[in-house]
Amino acid sequence: MATGIDDLNNLQLDVLKEIGNIGAGNAATALAKLLNRKVDMEVPRAKILEFKDVSDTLGGAELPVVGILLKVSGDLTGNIMFILQHKAACMLVNMLMCRPLDEIHEFTEMEISALKEIGNILAGSYLSALSAMTNLKIMPSVPDLAIDMAGAILSVPAIEFGKVGDTVLYIETEFSEGSDKVVGDFFLVPDYDTYDVLLKALGVVG
Amino acid sequence: MVNLIKVGMADLQSSRHPCIITTLGLGSCVGIALYDPSRKVAGLAHIMLPSSQQARNNSNIAKFADTAIVKLVDDMISLGAVRSKIVAKLAGGAQMFSFNDASEMLRIGARNVSASKEALNMLGIPIISEDTGGNYGRTVEIHSETGKLMIKTIGHGLKEI
Repeated sequence: MATGIDDLNNLQLDVLKEIGNIGAGNAATALAKLLNRKVDMEVPRAKILEFKDVSDTLGGAELPVVGILLKVSGDLTGNIMFILQHKAACMLVNMLMCRPLDEIHEFTEMEISALKEIGNILAGSYLSALSAMTNLKIMPSVPDLAIDMAGAILSVPAIEFGKVGDTVLYIETEFSEGSDKVVGDFFLVPDYDTYDVLLKALGVVG
Repeated sequence: MVNLIKVGMADLQSSRHPCIITTLGLGSCVGIALYDPSRKVAGLAHIMLPSSQQARNNSNIAKFADTAIVKLVDDMISLGAVRSKIVAKLAGGAQMFSFNDASEMLRIGARNVSASKEALNMLGIPIISEDTGGNYGRTVEIHSETGKLMIKTIGHGLKEI
């Protein structure tokens, strides 16, 4: 029988949270290399939320956010999504392009491509941490990006979680470079028949 | 004083006049707005999935098109709405990401829309207008005065259906 978030016991949840921590830690290191700067990271917070609270996670359902989605294939199938506020995305792009950090504008094609690459690197390092821990073969697809209301972007992972339960598990990470903070959320959404594969590989099934 | 009622994800609400019922940031989810103009009773459901039949956990009836619509109609009737007068407007069902090999997950918006239409047809509720599909999010609000449905977007304008 397929397992959903609602059915997990505390040990299993702790393990999933810990994966999130390690994955996000790897992602911060990758980001530091990419930006060629020191990047600090707060201890990521793994959260379980009911649907009705989901769209407020990033500061409001109508707030513009950038979502980067990658499909995952191999032993574990599903999706991984990295979401950050539009303002934070601007700051990341500005860091990457060595421009004043507080400059906010519409993204050019080149900047969108840069953001996709950031998402790709962050999600890739998250997944490789997961892969190393579980010995599962996990391959990400090319990233796709959407800029829209938080509620609309978050509905994509929420619907997948909705197939098995009434809650969403996600990892909130806060990266900072000097005094500038970038808050981003990771959603790892295994297809619902592969939760068991993941938990088994981690040795915490049943 | 107009009563502003918020509908969350996988949620539904209904009320008598005067009220505005709203749901924020519909993506692939579908907002189903029902209205009885004779009694001025309005209702709004924010569904996430097409069918409760395919889901393993279907305890939350507001999550599925088939069960949410039935419940919303019942709620509205208990507020005084007349079943034969109820009309529907639909919004949402977008595809937020556009991978080439559109998988099950990515086509969920279109499936939510068609399941909503099917459920409304079964109940004999006419769909008088819709703003569905596309690749962008929508915030909707239904006004109990006239039954108008306002749709707000980022970068795709504001419209009334």
